[in-house]
Amino acid sequence: MLQQVVNGLTLGSSYALIALGYTMVYGVLRLINFAHGEIYMVGAFIGLMTSQTAGLPFAAAMVVAMAGAALVGVVVEKIAYRPLRKAPRLAVLISAIGMSIFLRNLALALMGPQTRAFPIPFEVKRLNLGRLRINSFDVLILLTSVGLMIALHFLVQKTKIGKAMRAAAEDKETASLMGISVNRVIAFTFAIGSALAAAAGVLIGMNFNAVDPSMGMMPGLKGFTAAVLGGVGSIPGAMLGGILLGMAEVMGIALLKSEWRDAIAFGILALVLLVKPSGILGRNLQEKV
Amino acid sequence: MPVLELRNVSKSFGGIAAVREVSLSIEQGAILGLIGPNGAGKTTLFNLVTGIYTPDSGEILFGGRDLATLRPHEITDSGLARTFQNIRLFGQMTVLENVMIGRHCRTKAGVLGAILGIPGVRKEEAETRKRCLELLDFVGLDVDPDEKASNLSYGQQRQLEIARALATDPELLLLDEPAAGMNPQETNETTELIRRIRDAGKTILLIEHDMKMVMGMADRVAVLDHGVKIAEGTPEEVQRDPAVIRAYLGDEANVVA
Repeated sequence: MLQQVVNGLTLGSSYALIALGYTMVYGVLRLINFAHGEIYMVGAFIGLMTSQTAGLPFAAAMVVAMAGAALVGVVVEKIAYRPLRKAPRLAVLISAIGMSIFLRNLALALMGPQTRAFPIPFEVKRLNLGRLRINSFDVLILLTSVGLMIALHFLVQKTKIGKAMRAAAEDKETASLMGISVNRVIAFTFAIGSALAAAAGVLIGMNFNAVDPSMGMMPGLKGFTAAVLGGVGSIPGAMLGGILLGMAEVMGIALLKSEWRDAIAFGILALVLLVKPSGILGRNLQEKV
Repeated sequence: MPVLELRNVSKSFGGIAAVREVSLSIEQGAILGLIGPNGAGKTTLFNLVTGIYTPDSGEILFGGRDLATLRPHEITDSGLARTFQNIRLFGQMTVLENVMIGRHCRTKAGVLGAILGIPGVRKEEAETRKRCLELLDFVGLDVDPDEKASNLSYGQQRQLEIARALATDPELLLLDEPAAGMNPQETNETTELIRRIRDAGKTILLIEHDMKMVMGMADRVAVLDHGVKIAEGTPEEVQRDPAVIRAYLGDEANVVA
């Protein structure tokens, strides 16, 4: 049972990292960025390339992957979403789906369809505590995720750009009248969200020893589910939603069969949308008149 | 040279002229009152000046620069700030954070500095805090600075909006009905506050429905009706102007007057 809790936390914290990007972008743009899963994939590939080809140590590969994905996120925003800032929301959503398909196929064209192994740049240790088994990956994923989430919390709550993000999320027009460049805030939000997704991509790619162009699809949907569960637009909600979703999946597999995993996740999504669409910590956003 | 000058500014929405050929100018350190019946185009004029709308024709010069070429946040940078008729604070943020948001356009710290926590950045942030607390004091807002802005009373929220606007260090302050919904005592306090702001060297453009308040403190008053400026002058001149009386009370008023 304790083993399941550890597994759930590990899986959940990676979902949380992805969910944060969805929720932050939704917060400022009211857009579900469906290309977010592909950013995760791009991050995993950059991490793979830098540690394999360039032979960088793990931490450096991680930083390069996060920075690279942040850049891709900003470019995606600039070419696919910014021109549609005043367009109906559906148009932006369609543009996001198009971007998702484009990025996946670009990766397919550049990297080929095969699944690549992620060479593990450190020695994997296993720790057995009675029946509880923890390995280096569990520790690494948990520590990295928690560290990044604490850093994000500090960034959003304490810094100037964090205040600007929260102000823009509440009221873009007033924020711009306070001297905030809303476009810069939006670009920054994409950069941060994309960097977090890339971190998740590298961690998961390494944990499952597999990186391929379509790897972003399922975690992208799971991250979206986690964001909705926690309350889309809420940063603590995304963290909570990620952990809960990971737990639910792991417990579900333990009680039922592993085939039920995705059914459980998306069952939760359907249920939340039916019963409490604003999620656990989400505010009821009223449309402004 | 006037601080703000409007030259034949027009703006229409779907064939309805909200503002028609309006020319106005405000001298440094003056209070200009902008009055007119509901729907006269006062708020539209504010939105034109702050860059929310762009004029269909005409020019808006602020310190000699054409505002039409600037984005809203650049207009704020250049020294123009406003408050809103329907209060638009960041309700989920604290009182102090609301003021600090206004101050940030005057601070230099970049994103990277904030992430890395460079000492200079921390020092700047501490100075920003101090300055913003002083501003809360200046507007007479006596509440816990860490209170959520949405928990403040209506009158306090109006004061906070003024503090936030002042934090941007504006040369020109636009106040959109600062005394709306206030009781007489709060209105008096607001009048005092606006005088203190003017005495601190700011120029003020004021929209207000409270006639006594506008006439009591404005140096000059401009009157809009159906998007057209129908009168401008000292409060006494405007109060005697038949066109103004007609706009407010209808044609019959002439007979009575």
